Amino acid sequence: MRKLVIAISMLAFAGSAAFADPILDRQALMKERGKIAGGLSKVVKGEEAFDAAAVLTALQSLEANAEKLDIDAHFPAGSDKGDTTASPKIWEDTAGFKAGNDKYVADVKAAVAAAPADVDALKAQFNTIGGDCGTCHQGYRIKKG
Amino acid sequence: MPVLKKLIGAALVLGGVGAVAVWFLSAPARLDAETLAQLGPGDAARGKRIFYAGGCTSCHAKPRSQGEARLQLAGGLQLKTPFGIFVPPNISQDAKDGIGAWSEEDLANAMLKGVSPGGEHFYPAFPYASYARMKPSDIADLYAFLKTLPAVAGKAPGHTLGFPFNIRRGIGLWKLLYLSPQPVIALPEGTPDPVMAGRYLVEGPGHCGECHTPRDLAGGTKKAVWLAGATAAEGSGIVPNITSGEGGIGDWSEADIANYLETGFTPDFDSVGGAMVDVQRNMAQLMPEDRAAIAAYLKAAPSHPNGYPARKKPEN
Repeated sequence: MRKLVIAISMLAFAGSAAFADPILDRQALMKERGKIAGGLSKVVKGEEAFDAAAVLTALQSLEANAEKLDIDAHFPAGSDKGDTTASPKIWEDTAGFKAGNDKYVADVKAAVAAAPADVDALKAQFNTIGGDCGTCHQGYRIKKG
Repeated sequence: MPVLKKLIGAALVLGGVGAVAVWFLSAPARLDAETLAQLGPGDAARGKRIFYAGGCTSCHAKPRSQGEARLQLAGGLQLKTPFGIFVPPNISQDAKDGIGAWSEEDLANAMLKGVSPGGEHFYPAFPYASYARMKPSDIADLYAFLKTLPAVAGKAPGHTLGFPFNIRRGIGLWKLLYLSPQPVIALPEGTPDPVMAGRYLVEGPGHCGECHTPRDLAGGTKKAVWLAGATAAEGSGIVPNITSGEGGIGDWSEADIANYLETGFTPDFDSVGGAMVDVQRNMAQLMPEDRAAIAAYLKAAPSHPNGYPARKKPEN
């Protein structure tokens, strides 16, 4: 209990600093990523009008977010223990995990580079990127109760 | 002493009668003529929908294959369960290694009765306990669609199971307990059509309950806590509660559920994971009204709290 209190206080101190805790850091990055994707999906589904400038801004923040995730720093050995749904497979097959992440980063960058001019172009990019999410979540994450 | 002898004698006789009874009760049973008559000629275009609703490719495609290769149903995946390792077989159109030589009746007996053309029981890792609720005409359509898929040579390895699960005949007793074409959730008269259609897709071809429902010691699904989520039978972790009970998806709208099945994104923009990734890709191939029907049924089905134990708090 005391350890927990100390840990929480330390986290509070560290705030959003990058060195706080790799598990919390990577979870925060994933949450942010989901939020951005959620905004884009509203456009893809036609719930919001397509605005090329706004879409490009969203894709750029997705890119900035993607570049922040550093597999070695955010998934150090031993960080499968604790309040995480990371699968041990990340450390058994780090190369495969990194390849999945690299593809995601590349697809996001490609989307920014080819700034979509209409909703159909965005939809195609969004489906590719969404598939990349599934690739890693399929093999490298374990749902827990 | 004579009393003991009599007792032993009686036990032997009873045991013998019991053994004979077990032998008869465990016999593989095929479909009756009436059901077979409902098969009719299948339609491949309609069968494609059944193929994706049933998720055949999730287990029977070559492991880790992508795209078009998902239609090469060579088998070979390893399902590691507490009963042992199950390996889905080759169900491609190869006549020797796959099911290319099967008749429509053979496929119907496999899917609705869990019986092979050779008259043996299949293990229920092949989810015929769900498929048993399917319409024969859908099996005929599926058969027609499977005929359009490629033949792939090569047998998948057999299952690796410990005693007593390696005795196939024992599955006959399991079937007496768990194999029934009856729906799991009784719906009152006047239930809207989408809910009825969803029940068929979820309880039948979709076989959602096979992973999302906890199992008892004999490996049967616990119908009283249908879809409440479960400790994963294969691999590790849990399979989520998809009822509206505590821990479930009560705060998802029907549109949220349908959208998740189509796009793989949850309402708070987490993405689909684990074995559900393949399932969702299959569901994305269905018609929008199919996904809406599944959502309507899940909302109408009874609510249960999580069917798996709460996670132990990690030690820090």
